[in-house]
Amino acid sequence: MFAIETFALEKWYRAGFWRRSLRCALRPLTLTVEEGEIFGYLGPNGAGKTTTLKLLMGLVFPSAGSARIFGRFLDDPVTKSQIGFLPEQPYFYDYLTATELLNYYAQLSAVPPRERSRRVEAVLARVGLAKVGHLQLRKFSKGMLQRVGIAQAIVHEPRAVFLDEPMSGLDPIGRREVRDLIQSLKDQGKTIFFSTHILSDAEALCDRVAVLHEGELRGVGVVAELAARMSGKMEVLWEGAAAVPALRALGAEIHATGETVRGVLPEVVLDAALETLRRAAARLISVTPVRITLEDYFVERLGQQPPADLSASSGLHCDLAPPPPAAGR
Amino acid sequence: MRCIPYIAFNTFREAVRDRVLYNLIIFAVLLAASGLLFGEISIGVERIVLINLGMTAISLFGTVIAIFIGIGLVSKEIEKRTLYTVLSRPVRRWEFIVGKFCGLVGTLLVNAFFMTLGFFAALFYLARGFQRTDAWVLVAIWFIVLQFIIVTALALLFSSFSTPLESAIFSFVLFVVGSFGDDLRQFAATVHGAAHVAATLAAYVMPDFAALNVILQVAHGQPVNPTLALYNTAYALLYASAAIAGAVLIFERRNLK
Repeated sequence: MFAIETFALEKWYRAGFWRRSLRCALRPLTLTVEEGEIFGYLGPNGAGKTTTLKLLMGLVFPSAGSARIFGRFLDDPVTKSQIGFLPEQPYFYDYLTATELLNYYAQLSAVPPRERSRRVEAVLARVGLAKVGHLQLRKFSKGMLQRVGIAQAIVHEPRAVFLDEPMSGLDPIGRREVRDLIQSLKDQGKTIFFSTHILSDAEALCDRVAVLHEGELRGVGVVAELAARMSGKMEVLWEGAAAVPALRALGAEIHATGETVRGVLPEVVLDAALETLRRAAARLISVTPVRITLEDYFVERLGQQPPADLSASSGLHCDLAPPPPAAGR
Repeated sequence: MRCIPYIAFNTFREAVRDRVLYNLIIFAVLLAASGLLFGEISIGVERIVLINLGMTAISLFGTVIAIFIGIGLVSKEIEKRTLYTVLSRPVRRWEFIVGKFCGLVGTLLVNAFFMTLGFFAALFYLARGFQRTDAWVLVAIWFIVLQFIIVTALALLFSSFSTPLESAIFSFVLFVVGSFGDDLRQFAATVHGAAHVAATLAAYVMPDFAALNVILQVAHGQPVNPTLALYNTAYALLYASAAIAGAVLIFERRNLK
């Protein structure tokens, strides 16, 4: 069973003073996410990431199509007890303490009364806020609020967690902590669906990523496969500037820092380049194949238009799920 | 149904922590001070003046609180996006609306209770004791509470589809028009044709706050007909239920952009 399935999920808004024009927020989206995987939902600002999450959370209603979470449609009451959600730049009731807030959300999520205190304490400790649980949220920093946001998303121990830009506004240490937390959730067998435009985070965490642009799915890729792909280029690092003109003539892109020179060149001219360096008595430091990064993939996907052509051009697949069943939210 | 008490309690807690109930202290001080003042300047009518002033103050204080908190009950949650983390849980939208309504009505009940205590303290100080007819003051206060329930429901209805400013204007206009419900009915009786139909319709659709106002009557020690109390209670609960049902219908279909 898939954790998340969308079937031609689509969202249009009426716009303009007379609300006669239509603005597309999400073009028909057909996507599946496996149970237990970390799925990165990538795209520039305004790509439709938050709209997708709001559709899945039932905060906005689809113009067409449907979605299922753990096999149940979104309007099934059971669905929402199995999911946790962190909105982008979350804001919470700042008159409550962290403990009160989490207790309130645990109540709404039908956590049994006997377990509430234990779960709230445990989740506060897990996000590193155990010592400030008694403080009102209006005294919290942005990073602390983000941690509270994650805590409220997992306090009821959901099977799937949806995070909208979870690293947004965090310093490097905070991002590292959130990354570790997401990884630990995966280790517990939970499904994580998170949107981000910070590609390094997605690359470090995700099993698969989808790229969205202008409300359109541009492709879905397996990060491990992506990292294994070669670009057909080699990076050569050496000391000594004498060989630079000859390597430029071979088509190398050269970046020099003091005596150290970095050249990126086509794999086919590698032998000739090494021979040139040997003759120039340059001290060779390293030769490394250049791999395709998530950023390369991301930029490549944004430049592509028809999603159906993606699999042929990149070796990565556009993940098309089976045709939609009966309509429902 | 399960989530309504939690949402109601949280709404009440928000009002308390936002120092809304601090107005009670101001009210109590003002009323005590006015009690002293009337004791000095009024001869014979000080009780009537104090009951009039006290009841009107309780009514106005509560109505202002009902409008200004009520208009933000839904819109503020959407604007600040606190609603997202609530509705992504197993919480029905109608439970959210009803919970918010119950929370604010609870706040207003507590408010009215303490204001009533302050009022009776001032009355006791002024009159050096109570009369049997003072019991009718409690009926007048019950009618004021019914008025709060209707105003809260209307503010919540407007809050479910308009901005806080628009909601405040709509609620206030309905409060003023509803307070002159008798005049509207008399006007409907004097005109003919389309104007008669429109005025009659408006008289029935607008909340009848005039029927809930027995302040002058109890100030003069006159009893309130028990049938009126029953009728007013049923009317207020039905009117508020209809307004809440309208708010739910609108909110159930609303995209939270």
